[in-house]
Amino acid sequence: MPKLKGKIWRFGDDIDTDAIIPARYLNTSDPAELAKHCMEDADPSFSSKLSSGDIIVAGKNFGCGSSREHAPLAIKAAGIACVIAESFARIFYRNAINIGLPILESPEASQSLKEGEQAEVDLEKGEIRALPGGESYNAVPFPPFMQELIAMGGLINYVRQKKQESN
Amino acid sequence: MGHTMAEKLLARAAGKEEVFPGELVNAKIDMALGNDITAPVAIKEFNKIGVEKVFDPERIALIPDHFTPNKDIMAAEQVKLMREFARKHGIVHYYEIGRMGVEHALLPELGIVLPGDVVIGADSHTCTYGALGAFATGVGSTDLAATMAMGELWFKVPPTIRIVFEGELPSMVGGKDLILYTIGQLGVDGARYCALEFCGSAISAMGMDGRFTISNMAIEAGAKAGLIAPDEITEAYVKGRARRSYQVIKGDDDAPVMAEYRWQIENMEPQVAAPFSPANVHPVSQLKGTVLDQVVIGSCTNGRIDDLREAAAILKGRRVHSHVRLLVIPATQAIYKQALQEGLLEIFAEAEAAISTPTCGPCLGGHMGILAEGEVALATTNRNFVGRMGHPGSRVYLAGPAVAATSAVTGTISHPAELGEVN
Repeated sequence: MPKLKGKIWRFGDDIDTDAIIPARYLNTSDPAELAKHCMEDADPSFSSKLSSGDIIVAGKNFGCGSSREHAPLAIKAAGIACVIAESFARIFYRNAINIGLPILESPEASQSLKEGEQAEVDLEKGEIRALPGGESYNAVPFPPFMQELIAMGGLINYVRQKKQESN
Repeated sequence: MGHTMAEKLLARAAGKEEVFPGELVNAKIDMALGNDITAPVAIKEFNKIGVEKVFDPERIALIPDHFTPNKDIMAAEQVKLMREFARKHGIVHYYEIGRMGVEHALLPELGIVLPGDVVIGADSHTCTYGALGAFATGVGSTDLAATMAMGELWFKVPPTIRIVFEGELPSMVGGKDLILYTIGQLGVDGARYCALEFCGSAISAMGMDGRFTISNMAIEAGAKAGLIAPDEITEAYVKGRARRSYQVIKGDDDAPVMAEYRWQIENMEPQVAAPFSPANVHPVSQLKGTVLDQVVIGSCTNGRIDDLREAAAILKGRRVHSHVRLLVIPATQAIYKQALQEGLLEIFAEAEAAISTPTCGPCLGGHMGILAEGEVALATTNRNFVGRMGHPGSRVYLAGPAVAATSAVTGTISHPAELGEVN
């Protein structure tokens, strides 16, 4: 797995899924359409200023509120390489893993990484490093079952394989 | 040592003697739910799995309720996709306008979610059914897709936070006030990954509609479930509705919990959550006088018959303030008909409220009452995040039906006592 490298965009605590993708855009599930409105109610110009490969760094409880999978879909389709937060809301956490959006929980990185700086992320080791040559932080490791899900490319692949085994 | 209700419910569905917090289990799903926003994504994912049939067409509920009656062409296309899937797979519990309701009011009403169940729904307010003594939790569309194929899903067994409400509920204080108070105390992530369990004399004395309101908003404190142990009130509600057999499961008295809060409520005022967080909770008197443009009474939180009765008792013989638009949205067709028969709809119409067919509509800023920039609403709904009911520059306050009805009359946030004795 190659290391990710991207520019940091910071958000605060309790970023809810209405801020990530407002419900007024949920009459479609087309990822490209959702991407245009990613984080719109937190930062209206966000989708126009980010570059593919950028990284979101947020505070606690990122993705709280609605269960809409459109939230991680919008972030992924907008080109965000990964989300680092102090903590994630439960449903968002599941959804992100299920659709293959890399997320890392690291209170230290969440507090220390600065907007506009570059960071490097080694998803395999769960290592986050501020660039150039800055501090490095370790993410809370995923439980083994989640690692298996991630390695298989998400829940649908996992279920597909399970179904095939049972046939 | 005993086990909590959450542990016992998950152990039953996982076919295990006992389970412990933190353990990962695979549980059989008694009912899986999707709506017109989440089901279309789930259906696309389901089709990638490569199975021909759903696990059980009687254990999947697909309810188009968010943007229905279809608000635009794209919304209509989403519902069409659901309808075609439901017909192809013979989904028994698929309901459209005229027969439907807001999902979390409809499923208990029809007796298709029951005590002892493990329920998942691709909607965060699926935790509502905790009021029946079911382990019910919100998930995303991909989890729904996997469940539709397999009939089971993985869960991490949550620790439990017990909330004990002691004392008699004051007049004009109800389930909404208790849950807003709880969220205010715990914060929006205070119960993250945990099961909330509500008990105490105030809960025992409360009817099912108030209990549904409490369990419904457990997610607003980050909780995975909001459980209330079934009792004779639950049994009386379920009797005559249940479409299949069920098992009452309660927690053990000696079960260890992560935390316990005991609150005396005799002197509680009606509670209001101010923008932009359901945890920004204040007694109504602290927000008195806030000028309103719109009031909404409805939703999966407070659109049930008891809510409408409470609002109608205040609105009877009165008129909505000339600067306020009041929307009343009975949560299901059956509640609509009941309100019609009881004369409640006439009271609302005479008070110059707009009455809508069941829909989630304005709660999530979908349709049927969107706010312009700078406008302020008070709603009996569940979220007041930035832009929740429309323009990101609008504001939403959350309260129960008594405060909502009173405030619609006065035009400002008001304590129900301001209008004197209820008619």
